[in-house]
Amino acid sequence: MNTIPMSYYLVLSAVMFTLGAIGVIIRRNPLVMFMSLELMFNAANLTFVAFSNAFGNANGQIFVFFVMVVAAAEVAVGLALIVAIFRTRHSIDIDLMNTLKN
Amino acid sequence: MENATTTLYFHLVPLVVFLPLVGLVINLLIGKKLGEVASGTIASLASGAAFVVACLLMVSLRSNQEAVVVPFAEWIRVGGLAVDWAFRVDTLSVTMMLVVSGVGTLIHIYAIGYMHEDVRLNEDLSRFTRFFVYLNLFIAMMMILVSAESYLMTFVGWEGVGLCSYLLIGFWFEKGKDGTGNAIAAKKAFITNRVGDFGFLVAMFMIFLQFGTLSFSELAHVSAPVGLLGTLVVAGIGLFLLLAVTGKSAQLPLFVWLPDAMAGPTPVSALIHAATMVTAGVYLVARSAPLFALSPVGPQAVAWVGTLTALFAATIAVGQYDIKKVLAYSTISQLGFMVAAVGMGAYVAGMFHLVTHAFFKALLFLSAGSVIQGVEYGHHHDPHADHHAEFDPQDMRNMGGLAGKMKITTAVYIIGALALAGVAPLAGFFSKDEIVAYAFGKNTVMFVMLLLAAFFTAFYMARQVWMVFFGKGRTAAAHGAHENPLIMTIPLMVLAGLSLVGGALNLPHVETLGKWLEHTIEGLHPAEFNWLVAGISLGVAFTGIAAGWFFYGRRSWQPGQNDPVKKWLGPLFTAFERKWWVDEIYNALLLQPYKDLSAILAEPVDQKLIDGIANGLGRMTGWFSRGIGVLQNGLVRSYALVILAGVAAILGYLILR
Repeated sequence: MNTIPMSYYLVLSAVMFTLGAIGVIIRRNPLVMFMSLELMFNAANLTFVAFSNAFGNANGQIFVFFVMVVAAAEVAVGLALIVAIFRTRHSIDIDLMNTLKN
Repeated sequence: MENATTTLYFHLVPLVVFLPLVGLVINLLIGKKLGEVASGTIASLASGAAFVVACLLMVSLRSNQEAVVVPFAEWIRVGGLAVDWAFRVDTLSVTMMLVVSGVGTLIHIYAIGYMHEDVRLNEDLSRFTRFFVYLNLFIAMMMILVSAESYLMTFVGWEGVGLCSYLLIGFWFEKGKDGTGNAIAAKKAFITNRVGDFGFLVAMFMIFLQFGTLSFSELAHVSAPVGLLGTLVVAGIGLFLLLAVTGKSAQLPLFVWLPDAMAGPTPVSALIHAATMVTAGVYLVARSAPLFALSPVGPQAVAWVGTLTALFAATIAVGQYDIKKVLAYSTISQLGFMVAAVGMGAYVAGMFHLVTHAFFKALLFLSAGSVIQGVEYGHHHDPHADHHAEFDPQDMRNMGGLAGKMKITTAVYIIGALALAGVAPLAGFFSKDEIVAYAFGKNTVMFVMLLLAAFFTAFYMARQVWMVFFGKGRTAAAHGAHENPLIMTIPLMVLAGLSLVGGALNLPHVETLGKWLEHTIEGLHPAEFNWLVAGISLGVAFTGIAAGWFFYGRRSWQPGQNDPVKKWLGPLFTAFERKWWVDEIYNALLLQPYKDLSAILAEPVDQKLIDGIANGLGRMTGWFSRGIGVLQNGLVRSYALVILAGVAAILGYLILR
């Protein structure tokens, strides 16, 4: 039953994390950026769970719950900000939000 | 019982300082409301009351001739230094008090009349009271100077009179050449005096170092220290005190401020720059007699400086045209006589000449002020005069023939001039003769130089009298001149009387002043009256006057004419006229290099270097922050990239370590 090797999980996690990071950096739509962030979170979660399973220790699984809760809160705050910004600027292009530069 | 009353008088001594201060405060607070006469009267009364106190002190001293120290307040107690406010009543200080307050009171009274005109000529009536406030402050400060018990307290008065001198030279500070002339003259006097004050300070430090005290009573009986260092210190004390004297008493090389100080109103020239303040140096030497007795270096230097100054200034006075400048150089020259006398150890002769000089030089200055106002009156009431053109009421070339118009002034002026020239039996004859006689036995070179100075003195006074009072008036102003009111002429008459009989203070073989001062200054030699010297100095005086008559009296000076002596002396007279180029030499040697150095320090060093460093630091910070400000570009994605790169770098380091 337990035949999938450890390295498979880790490679999948690395690929997901890299895709998320690239998404955050190259996309200008904050909604997509949030989705990319979720991808990165879940890559990390996958690693936690894989190691937890491999070592027979529940700590990694508990940590995953924490990550999910924090991610949910973060998205709530982030989405609220995006709505507020859209109301004043009529745009949510992330590159136009640069009034604090220099 | 008698002792009780006399001690009572000694305790009055703080009043000589406080009475003038009371006058000052009254005038300061309500003087403007009181009006001119009341304000001037209060000031004169304050000074007169100080004179009365000084007289009481003199009476007390006649029965108890030893010095009395009246403690007043604790002042400085630091480590080994203990200096208190204490007044010293002895024959020397009381002599000075009498001169300062006596002559000072007469000048106060004269000034009521003089300033009445002066504030109108200068178009600022509000300064009348201010003048008397300054005068009273001066009297108070001078009293502190002469009644002090320690060098430090003397120094307070020394600086105080310097301040008053500055304030009064610059009394019309917005007037004078280019509107800054008077202010510059005041500044020059103050700064030149600072050089002398430096000498006073260093001398005080050395006295404290060597003897551990600054009190005159304790210093009166010190003995000469042994060893090379002690000898050097004692010689140094004498030389630095001499520097102080050259500053305050306008001796070579620091005399340059006194002629410029004539920018002040004439009563100031009479009081401060002839009769009292400038004699403070002579007083200081007399007061420091015990210290000067310890080393021959100091007294020698003092005597030479005095002699050289006496001759040097007398020659300059010959070539001057400004009535007050002649008197100014004459004052420097006479101060030279006094300084030479005290340097030679003839303290009585020096103090005697100080007193008589206070009488006749105050008289001459006040009469000169009377002449100036008479001529100015003539100028202002001349219907043909161009009142916008430059007219100098002090230039003797604009005068002439005033004898008929100003009879009292002429008479008193001639008395003063004869006294100054040293004609027997006027005051100046006795005092000057005593100095010359002292030099006769001691140093032939000094004797000849002093005689030569006495000759020039008689000559320039004769020149001045004939130029101003005789011949024909050379301008309309001289024709229109008139005599001044009694309030100005009465003090003149009193001073003329004193100049006539002042010699009686210390007649040969009677020695009133000599016996009086004996109680304060130890080791005085009685002055020997020498008929030969008296004859020579009288002959010199008459030769000078005759020479003056030959050049200036025989033929009246014509308008626009050159000085008749110029033909005879040629370039030498030009040197007299141009004051031996001393101002120019000082300017080239000291002032210009100093200004150049200041210019270098101001422009390239301060503006470029110092400011460059400060501004450069600011600019660099600006550049640097603008440089790293580029990183904060406002693009969230680029921040994310940087964070990612950072994490990758740290992880890479940890893995590859």
